[in-house]
Amino acid sequence: MPRITYIEHNGTPHTVDVPVGKTVMQGAIENNIPGIDADCGGECACATCHVYVDEPWLAKVGLPAPGSQEASMLSFAAVTQPDSRLSCQINVTDALDGMTVRMPEGQH
Amino acid sequence: MNAPVHIDAATDAQSTPLDQIDVSNPRLYQDDCYFPYFERLRREDPVHYRKGGMYGDFWSVTTFKDIMHVETHPEIYSSEAKLGGITITDRPMEFRRSSFISMDPPRHDDQRKVVSPIVAPANLNNMSSIIRERTARVLDGLPRNETFDWVQDVSIELTTLMLATLFDFPLADRNKLTWWSDRATEDVNSGGIVNSEAKRLEILTEAVQVFTGLWHERAAKPPGYDLISMLAHGEATKNLVNDPAEFLGNLTLLIVGGNDTTRNSMSGGLAALCKHPAEYDKLRANPGLIQSMVPEIIRWVSPIIHMRRTATADAEIGGKQIRKGDKVVMWYVSGNRDEASIDRPNEFIIDRARPRHHLSFGFGVHRCVGNRLAEMQLMILWEEIMKRFPRIELMEEPKRLYSNFIHGITEMKVRIPA
Repeated sequence: MPRITYIEHNGTPHTVDVPVGKTVMQGAIENNIPGIDADCGGECACATCHVYVDEPWLAKVGLPAPGSQEASMLSFAAVTQPDSRLSCQINVTDALDGMTVRMPEGQH
Repeated sequence: MNAPVHIDAATDAQSTPLDQIDVSNPRLYQDDCYFPYFERLRREDPVHYRKGGMYGDFWSVTTFKDIMHVETHPEIYSSEAKLGGITITDRPMEFRRSSFISMDPPRHDDQRKVVSPIVAPANLNNMSSIIRERTARVLDGLPRNETFDWVQDVSIELTTLMLATLFDFPLADRNKLTWWSDRATEDVNSGGIVNSEAKRLEILTEAVQVFTGLWHERAAKPPGYDLISMLAHGEATKNLVNDPAEFLGNLTLLIVGGNDTTRNSMSGGLAALCKHPAEYDKLRANPGLIQSMVPEIIRWVSPIIHMRRTATADAEIGGKQIRKGDKVVMWYVSGNRDEASIDRPNEFIIDRARPRHHLSFGFGVHRCVGNRLAEMQLMILWEEIMKRFPRIELMEEPKRLYSNFIHGITEMKVRIPA
C-alpha cells in the first residue's frame, strides 16, 4: 500500500499507508491527521485541503489544468505557492509510494 | 416545534398541494416553522418549482448534493446582479447593484482577491488578541441575576466592534454600521422602516457619503490593512468609488457579510445550548469541545437562509429540466438538515465527527471569504463565556426576523445567575 507522509505546518510529520484509489485528502481525514480540514468533503469546492507537493512528487502529480475548478478554487486560498494542490484532487497510486506533502499555515 | 398558534406547520406542510408550497414566505422563518415544508420537499420533490409564489416563479433546490452541484457550476448558475443577483427578491432593474458576490468570474475573482488577504492566517492571528480583549470586556460588563437582551448587549456589540476594526471605521460611530446593515437587508414587506427600494437607497446613500470620505483619506495614504484601504489601493477596485452603485453594492456585501451572519450565530448558538441541556452539560464538562461546537452552531443556525442563482443556459438538476433564465434558489436551511448527507441532521451535537461539513458558508467560488474569522470570533466568545459563566438561562423564546434571506434573531432575553 502506498505510504504517504503529511507534514503539519509546525513540522510534525505523520506517515500513513493509504490504499490505491483513495485521494490524498481521504488519507489524511481517515487517519485523523490535523491540518487538512476538507470542509466540502472532496467536491473541489472549498480549498480547505490545500497542500504543498515537493519535487520530485510534483512532477508525478502535476499541476491543476489552467481554468480547471481546482485552479479556480486554489486561486482563492490563502498562502498559495507554485507547488500548491488541493489534496482531494490527487488520487493515490502505487507511483506515489513515499510521497511527502506539506500543509499551509491555515486552511481557508 | 415552536409552531405559532395560528397554523400547525406540520399539518399544513402535509396538506398543502405540492405545487402550492411556497418556502419563500418570510413568515415561515419569523415563526420558525419552516422545517416540515422542507422535509416534505426533500422527500417528495427535492428540486421543486413554485409558480406564482410570493417572490415570483422559482426553483427550490433542497438537498445538500444538489446545492453543491449548483454552487460548483457558476458557468451555468449565475450570480450576476443584472440577472437578479443572489437573493430571491427581483429588485427593479435600477436598484440592482453589483458587487463581487453578485458577479461571475472573472470580474468576481479580481475584486474578491483584493479583500481576501484581510482574513489570511497571519492576519487572523494578529486580530485574535484584540477580539479576545473586547470579548472579555463586553462579558465582564453584563448584569448578573437580571434579564437582558443578549442580541443587543453581546451579539451586536461584538460584531459591530469587529466590523469597525475591519474597516478602520471610527469606533464612536459604529452604530451606523449596524443601522446600515439592518436596512440593507430589510424585506420591504416586513412593515419596517425600508418600505421601498427608493427608501433603502435614500438611507444607504449616507453610507456611500461616509465611506467616500474614508476612501479618499485612505487612498492618499500608503496602503494599510483595512478593507477600505485595500479596495482603494487594489488594482481591480481602485476606481470603485467612481461607480456609486457598485461601491454601495460592495459596501453592503462587506457590512452585512462582516457582521450580521456572525451576530446571529452568537445569538443562535446560545439559544441552541439552552434548548439542548445535555449538550450544554457536555460543554461544561469539556470546554475543549468548543472547537467542534462552533462549526456545529454555524450549521444549526444557518445564518443565511438561501442564496439565489439565475440559469444562463438550459440545464438539469436532479432530473428536472431547468430553462435558461429560470430563478434557482439554494435553501441552505434545508441542505443543512439533509439526512442523506449529514448524520442525524436534526440533532444539535457539539462533538460531531465532521462538523464543518455544512452549507452555511456556501461552496465554490463564492464561499464565504470570512469563514475562518467568523469561527475564530465565535470560538473566542465561547472560551471567554465558559471562563466566567457556567450557565446562562434563556428567559423566553427568541424573537425572529421577517426575512427569507437573513436568518435573524432580533431579541433574546437571557439571565446570568449570580
